Amino acid sequence: MRHFYDGDIEKSPRIQRLIDHLYAKMPEIEADRAVLLTESYRSTEGEPIITRRAKAFQKICEELPIIIRPEELIVGSNSQAPRGCQVFPEYSYEWLEAEFDTVEKRSADPFYISEETKQRLRSVYPYWKGKTTSELATSYMTKETLTAMEHNIFTPGNYFYNGIGHFTVKYEEVLAIGFEGIAAKAKTALSVCKAGDADYARKSHFLNAVIICCNAAITYAHRYAMLALETAQKETNSQRKMELLKIAENCAQVPGKPARNFYEACQSFWFVQMLLQTESSGHSISPGRFDQYMYPYYEKDIKEGLITREKAQELLDCIWVKLNDLNKVRDAASAEGFAGYSLFQNLIVGGQTEEGEDATNDLSFMCLEAALHVMLPAPSLSIRVWNKTPDELLIKAAKVTRTGIGLPAYYNDEVIIPAMMSRGVTLEDARTYNIIGCVEPQKAGKTDGWHDAAFFNMCRPLEMVFFNGMEGGVQVGPRTGDVTQMKTFNEFYDAYKTQMNYFIELMVNADNAIDVAHAERCPLPFQSSMIDDCIGRGKSLQEGGAVYNFTGPQGFGIANVSDSLYAIKQLVFEEKKVTLAEWKEALADNYGRGFSKQQVESMTTQIVKNLADAGQPVGEREIAAVYQTVANQNISPEKKAKYDQLLEWIDQVPKYGNDIEEADKFARDVAYTYTKPLNQYRNPRGGIFQAGLYPVSANVPLGAQTGATPDGRLANTPIADGIGPASGRDTHGPTAAVNSVAKIDHGIASNGTLLNQKFHPSALSGVEGLQKFCAFIRAFFDQKGMHMQFNVVSRETLLDAQAHPDKYRNLVVRVAGYSALFTTLSKSLQDDIINRTMQGF
Amino acid sequence: MEKEYLQVKGRIFDIQKYSIHDGPGIRTIVFLKGCPLRCKWCCNPESQEREIQTMFTAGKPKIIGRDVPVGEVMDEVMQDRFYYRRSGGGLTLSGGESLMQADFASALLQAAHAMGINTAMESTGFAPFRVIEEKILPHLDIYLMDIKHIDREKHKFFTGVSNELILENARKIAASGQNLVIRVPVIPGFNATESEILEIARFAASLPGVEQLHLLPYHRLGMDKYAGLGRDYSLSSVQPPSNEHMKKLMDTASVTGLRVRIGG
Repeated sequence: MRHFYDGDIEKSPRIQRLIDHLYAKMPEIEADRAVLLTESYRSTEGEPIITRRAKAFQKICEELPIIIRPEELIVGSNSQAPRGCQVFPEYSYEWLEAEFDTVEKRSADPFYISEETKQRLRSVYPYWKGKTTSELATSYMTKETLTAMEHNIFTPGNYFYNGIGHFTVKYEEVLAIGFEGIAAKAKTALSVCKAGDADYARKSHFLNAVIICCNAAITYAHRYAMLALETAQKETNSQRKMELLKIAENCAQVPGKPARNFYEACQSFWFVQMLLQTESSGHSISPGRFDQYMYPYYEKDIKEGLITREKAQELLDCIWVKLNDLNKVRDAASAEGFAGYSLFQNLIVGGQTEEGEDATNDLSFMCLEAALHVMLPAPSLSIRVWNKTPDELLIKAAKVTRTGIGLPAYYNDEVIIPAMMSRGVTLEDARTYNIIGCVEPQKAGKTDGWHDAAFFNMCRPLEMVFFNGMEGGVQVGPRTGDVTQMKTFNEFYDAYKTQMNYFIELMVNADNAIDVAHAERCPLPFQSSMIDDCIGRGKSLQEGGAVYNFTGPQGFGIANVSDSLYAIKQLVFEEKKVTLAEWKEALADNYGRGFSKQQVESMTTQIVKNLADAGQPVGEREIAAVYQTVANQNISPEKKAKYDQLLEWIDQVPKYGNDIEEADKFARDVAYTYTKPLNQYRNPRGGIFQAGLYPVSANVPLGAQTGATPDGRLANTPIADGIGPASGRDTHGPTAAVNSVAKIDHGIASNGTLLNQKFHPSALSGVEGLQKFCAFIRAFFDQKGMHMQFNVVSRETLLDAQAHPDKYRNLVVRVAGYSALFTTLSKSLQDDIINRTMQGF
Repeated sequence: MEKEYLQVKGRIFDIQKYSIHDGPGIRTIVFLKGCPLRCKWCCNPESQEREIQTMFTAGKPKIIGRDVPVGEVMDEVMQDRFYYRRSGGGLTLSGGESLMQADFASALLQAAHAMGINTAMESTGFAPFRVIEEKILPHLDIYLMDIKHIDREKHKFFTGVSNELILENARKIAASGQNLVIRVPVIPGFNATESEILEIARFAASLPGVEQLHLLPYHRLGMDKYAGLGRDYSLSSVQPPSNEHMKKLMDTASVTGLRVRIGG
């Protein structure tokens, strides 16, 4: 039996000081990259785009200001300010210019921006007019696609405004042969190109671009070597002086040449990670299987006595802190969907080797220990679980979960490997998968996954069925007929499927338009140098250079749609308690529960528009009158009572999330209305579409754009989280909720599924608590669930639940074997539980 | 042919899944209705009457108690078989006092064993030993037995019955070789002093084969239910014991050589 070191490792006092420095101030936007990029572009007009990209990267590596932060052991920052960020006008810029004066004050992810930075950005922005990927992509989309996007059926916002990201490079290759070695590979490939080859022009320019980028990365590191040396000369503290000299030595060696020891491997890894995040603004650039590719260096140093476990842990902790130094500014709307300054740099431990053996090693444990030491959101830490995962690794992971930081996320090899193979990934490649971003499986170093390609709101096509594809006087979806005339449930369900199929095709159109725009305007030669088989094929990742090419847009709202359809089936067609006409009216009236300000405004605009179209006079007075009428929503008491009755009936229909066979079977089928149609589509890189089922946190902002739904969900309220039950609808505890979720086909959602679970800390107390928690995860995975992550309920959550019981109707607390729905308890008992939570049991 | 024990009907008032403090592994507790004791601190007062009742929770009436055949209960219990398999868990009978419906309890345990899961019962053993011996023990893996007090009078005052039968059954159950765990609800004002707990621990230690003692700290989480049933809660001024006090009691009880822990 293999033995691992699973104990605690002391945290170096340096780590907390690094963290404090990083979080001392609000993050700041910087202009240097945008200015350097623009200068480079201006001087390369007319050259091939791949060459222009490489030269711009080179200029940035040569001139971007560099900095070594106090006490750092691993260096390399692409901003002067801690957690600062650069901007990327080649993708889009108008939104930032429009938000210059609000970005500092907004609630989600604010950034400081100085007047000088605004000025510098304003000076380069005019150059980009008409040159961005965003503008080109828009011009490639059909009219219908643009209409559907305006009406928030789906949003490809991520890639529309930013770089693609969502990949893992071959870090191990840079560690092993350095960028000198990669440049040599490109040179060899170049040497066999013949001027007469059909693809010579493209291939030769691409390979030369790779060589330029490799050299640029080396130049960047050498600048750090010089800076470390200069700083060392001025340093009076002798210990720090030694550290700086060591840093200088590291940066002179890596990432240009092979890493000779664990410390150099750490530094080399870091340069790759931060330079990738400087080349493009894509997020979810994921370190992947860090415990695997770093282990040989660690093992060798430990064996030879060159490093202690504690010192290695300190270096890991330093990397963990640095991963939080990288940042990205998003537009205000996207910031709400991705709140938390997250770059989704997913790092995963455990899993299998190519030959199907367990891959756990001591570094797997040390990565979990690093999470305990730094307690920060990055990296997005994950663990692969399969039948042979050592229990002690799972227990260590559970200890991290118990802290309440929401990490790690747990992934099931037994579902993911066959799911990937069903998409054409080889057995060996599938066994060595890692996770990208939130939940998306990928074979590192061989894939352009385009995960997270769009959010598709499955509730919106349902609204379209009720209103015959019309919204705000615009024909957004197909005419599926007058809903009030539908005679059978199947007629209704077919109409929903027709709406789904229509919008899925438009989403594909949007994604493919953006895909082409990135290939034409923003191919990325640095990133492509580290992903197979770009060098072999002589083309960038964006042009289809990867071995595996996917597009993975994600649907969300299964629970709401499933509960809605099931309620309609029961109440309209079986029990005949209500007609579709009545239900349509109830939805339009938001079940008589009033409207949000935003909704009142949009309805007023609509009515005024209709009046104007009909030739009625619409002055300020008329508009005010309409607004008042809508806002006061004069609903008669009889109607209100009718709506209350309808809501009560809806409540009584079985809901997804309670391990009720009939409701869950329905949800399984509803998920297929999204996952199956997607299978037929292809992307411009020669790959296929594959569905994901998760909203990240977009279920909240996108729910705000969604009207009332037949499951009783009110207008503008959040849509169900992940693949989980609708909020407050699961009332039978965690096993029932999870059993329901496992009844959905996760295998077909090969772009990932997401299940959030909330636990009270008492469920994880003591050794037995941890063991039972691990058994819970394994039992979900036995049923072929794909992913799960946990929020351990904090005292703050309970206080919030006390204040806002409606948001927490399903919150179960268990104390000493006694279990109760928290919100049904009296205040004094709730206080008892809050106090117990504080004591940590 | 359908197995006979699946047809046996009984009266339950709740089924609670994902229970992790009531026997090994992840368990489902089936709560049987009806109890011969009237413990003043009882956190499930709706369990005490044999009759079906109406209780108000959060202002809404709720029917407490339903008559169901074993087969139907087991269908629900077995929905969580994946969790039992991974954790060594299974079915726990609680109440009420399951022994008041001994045939039903027996059939449930038998069915659980036939389906391959672990069985436990939380019970105070207040029934003729013959009933326990014949109907329960053959199908039971772990007996979680409540011993609330050694003093006869105090026991009678706080639970409504004398403890002689309970203590005698404890001895007989232990002598039968049954895996037996003794549990003590620690109630301030009733049995929460060091000397009272030590006395119970000494008794538990004297039982052959008994190795574990669980001290379950008093909580008030069932208090709202008394109002919901239109009853008074006589212990409303009693505060739960502090963590420090529980720790002290654990140390005291440990001198008997038993493995003592706080909580189930």
